[in-house]
Amino acid sequence: MKIGVFVCHCGSNIAGTVDVATVAAEAQKMPDVAFASDTMYACSEPGQEGIIEAIKEHGLDGVVVASCTPRMHEPTFRKAVERAGLNRYMFEMANIREHVSWIGKDTEANTRKAIDLVSMAAAKLSRNKSLTPKKFDINKRVMIIGGGVAGIQAALDCADGGLEVVLVEKTSSIGGKMSKLDKTFPTIDCSSCILGPKMVDISQHPNITLYASTEVIGVTGYVGNFTVDLNRKTSYVDWEACTGCGLCMEKCPSKKTHDTFNEGVGTTTAINIPFPQAIPKKASINADSCIKLTKGKCGVCEKICPTQAIRFEQTDETVVESVGAVVVATGYDLFDYTRYGEYGGGRYTDVITSLQYERLLSASGPTGGHIKRPSDGKEPQNIVFIQCVGSRDKSVGRPYCSGFCCMYTAKQAILTKDHLPESQSYVFYMDIRAPGKQYDEFTRRAMEEYETKYVRGRVSMIYPKGDRYVVRGADTLMGSAVEIEADLVVLAVGAEAAQGAPQLAEKLRISYDSFGFYMESHPKLRPVETNTAGVYLAGACQGPKDIPSSVGQGSAAAAKVLSLFSKDQLESDPQISEVDIKRCIGCGKCIETCPFGAIEEIDFRGQPKANVIETICQGCGICTSTCPQGAIQLQHFTDNQILAEVNALCQQSMQQNYE
Amino acid sequence: MSGTYAYYPGCSGLGTSVEYDLSTRAICRELGIELVDIPDWSCCGSTPAHTVDHTLSCALSARNIFQAESLDVDGIITPCPSCLTNLKTASHRMQNDAFKARVERLLDGPVENRLPIMSVLQVLFETIGPAAIAEKVTEPLTGLRLAPYYGCIMNRPPEIMDFDDCENPVAMDELMTALGADVAPFPLKVECCGASFGVARKDMVMKLSGRLLDLAEDVSAHAMVTACPLCQMNLDLRQKQINSAHKAKHRMPVFYYTQLIGKALGMGEESLMLDKLIVPPSVAFRKMDEVRRSAS
Repeated sequence: MKIGVFVCHCGSNIAGTVDVATVAAEAQKMPDVAFASDTMYACSEPGQEGIIEAIKEHGLDGVVVASCTPRMHEPTFRKAVERAGLNRYMFEMANIREHVSWIGKDTEANTRKAIDLVSMAAAKLSRNKSLTPKKFDINKRVMIIGGGVAGIQAALDCADGGLEVVLVEKTSSIGGKMSKLDKTFPTIDCSSCILGPKMVDISQHPNITLYASTEVIGVTGYVGNFTVDLNRKTSYVDWEACTGCGLCMEKCPSKKTHDTFNEGVGTTTAINIPFPQAIPKKASINADSCIKLTKGKCGVCEKICPTQAIRFEQTDETVVESVGAVVVATGYDLFDYTRYGEYGGGRYTDVITSLQYERLLSASGPTGGHIKRPSDGKEPQNIVFIQCVGSRDKSVGRPYCSGFCCMYTAKQAILTKDHLPESQSYVFYMDIRAPGKQYDEFTRRAMEEYETKYVRGRVSMIYPKGDRYVVRGADTLMGSAVEIEADLVVLAVGAEAAQGAPQLAEKLRISYDSFGFYMESHPKLRPVETNTAGVYLAGACQGPKDIPSSVGQGSAAAAKVLSLFSKDQLESDPQISEVDIKRCIGCGKCIETCPFGAIEEIDFRGQPKANVIETICQGCGICTSTCPQGAIQLQHFTDNQILAEVNALCQQSMQQNYE
Repeated sequence: MSGTYAYYPGCSGLGTSVEYDLSTRAICRELGIELVDIPDWSCCGSTPAHTVDHTLSCALSARNIFQAESLDVDGIITPCPSCLTNLKTASHRMQNDAFKARVERLLDGPVENRLPIMSVLQVLFETIGPAAIAEKVTEPLTGLRLAPYYGCIMNRPPEIMDFDDCENPVAMDELMTALGADVAPFPLKVECCGASFGVARKDMVMKLSGRLLDLAEDVSAHAMVTACPLCQMNLDLRQKQINSAHKAKHRMPVFYYTQLIGKALGMGEESLMLDKLIVPPSVAFRKMDEVRRSAS
């Protein structure tokens, strides 16, 4: 076997603290190494050409590149060796950047470690075998989880691209947080006027199947062939029959039901359509407050419904959908401000959240768009907005900036002046973060044209005095304490990961950060991909985002799905487990430990044997460490290959390593 | 018995707040809490000590903890929030071995630092409980509307004090409710009264304590009830000064919560020393009687 070794400088990233020439010179002495050199940027075009030329010139059988992490450039180099006529698995990478040069400053020690890593890679390579991926068909249907604006955009783009789309929404209507907003910044567009047509498109598009009131129970399979179990929660209404006429809402006697769509401002009926533009426009019954379902009598809706659509006996239903890709667009939830005792911890009726205020501003909201205090229905004179409630505050475990609160607070201050010209708004802020197009101009308008008083500082306390509230805080620009008597206090609550986000991530086998936001594959270069092939992200489930960013990501995720589905077949990863039938004793331990159900028992000439289902195996290697016989081996990571690496490492001079 | 505790009265307990100390001892006796005075206790250093030197300040309280460790008790308790802060802070800081060693060099011996340190309020609320106290009430305070005022340091900093809610404490509210009193929602429960600035910056105390009295009036309280000698002094002794500074006409009695528990348990003046209060308590009790009359 003839191996070529290429040691990358990565500019000064590696060469700054690793003597790359020495590494190459030492590599030359290693067993099977026929050629070794250092190269400025191995990943660059001249770098790759150098590798290809060396393969041809020296008749190399395999290549080691000592450079960065394989997560960065393994696919690059595999393609390069393939271009030179080698099998792509006759390639190994030694990570001497993230694992060496970036983490240590001692050039001598770094160089020694780099030599060790190269010798391990060469030793493994000398035992590598050519592997050939198999091809499999893909199911060109896509599931979008979450019907907010990001999910809607992704669904429409995929459907317009000719794909069959399954859109799954947890609540009884699509629209998400955007459908609750009155206006949008910085243009003061009416939110439901710009979102409404898109929602209607979803319901009318021939390629889109919409499941509202539905949640994902489980996901199995792999890119191109996922199977998703869905739970369609009972609405106690036959949606085929329901026409959305709303007669039931008029007659329902249980009128004190928590109004989720209106964020608890005002109440609704037990049977309800959440808002006039809801899609699907179908009624559902809230089982907790329905008199028939809790006490067994009533049934007024059943008597009144012109299409006899009420089904008190209806139960949840499981649906199974097969798709080739999944876009996760599950959005965000709001920080629970009651954790701030100094803002009253939820005890004060006129201290409300920004989204509740949005419902007060909205013409379709519980007050018909008139700003009224929840406590006594009076128009407020002084309104205090407090920013960063659950953002940039380590003491409540939310150190991150939610990004959009500065903007929506400015918008709400502007709208307040439009609704109540005599009112005065105050905004307590830490910093104003308005880096979008036309954003900073917008916050300036709130201050300059709409005379909103911006106070830089935090609020230390809110307390009721008479029928008003004293808001006490610091003005850090003046260096003084301030007290404002407010009629209404609006808390700009920050964004946090949607409830249940980690549980869904585990079903989809995607990663999430310590706050529950989903992890993209690369923060800059792969922002809508996950590390699970075929699963993409869109919108605020990945981190707080405003509407334009969410829509952009929805379209981006759709583009990724369309490009994935532009092929009819995908290649499977050959780095999966393989059973040596002669050594297998049929004990079945691997079947028990496999987390993916990828191993089955087969009958081989009357004897039980294990068999790996290639399309299901994820190559995790748990079975290989379980097998008492060493009969099941993970291809490209066989026991022999790993032991070769260990031997290479342990054969280094003891003096050199332990001096 | 409901426990035996090393008792730290604090310096003010011997002087300005003798009625707090006396009523605390009386109700503890009645409720079966045995108090053993810490032998040869010394001043905790109050506010001045920790503004000068943390090690010396902690050594003052560590000495009291050391003295208490010679007793067979369940813990150390004190009525005064300021003493409590100093004791708890010393104990907390001494969890760091290097700091503890520095403190111990100033003392006669090693501190075990094992005894739990609590306020009398915490023991009454958590160990005895409002329900058990309610059972012993013979003269309920029905009709008496109280503004509960905890002061700024009874519950803060929360990591060290580790008792009740630091923004909205309820222990005293619940105890007063157990006595039959009507507890007003008092939003400035943990607000600063101005503390010892009464000497150096009287104007500040006039403003801060004045605001507390204004709000107590706003929530229609007949009296305020407090757990801190300094708060009580600022609100009660300086009420006349506050009135003249703000052209106000407050006549708001300010009780120690222990006095009101004692009264509801039927104790006499010799245990409660209500006559030590500057604004006469009769002002509140008359209003209480009016409420009772109009209710009946």
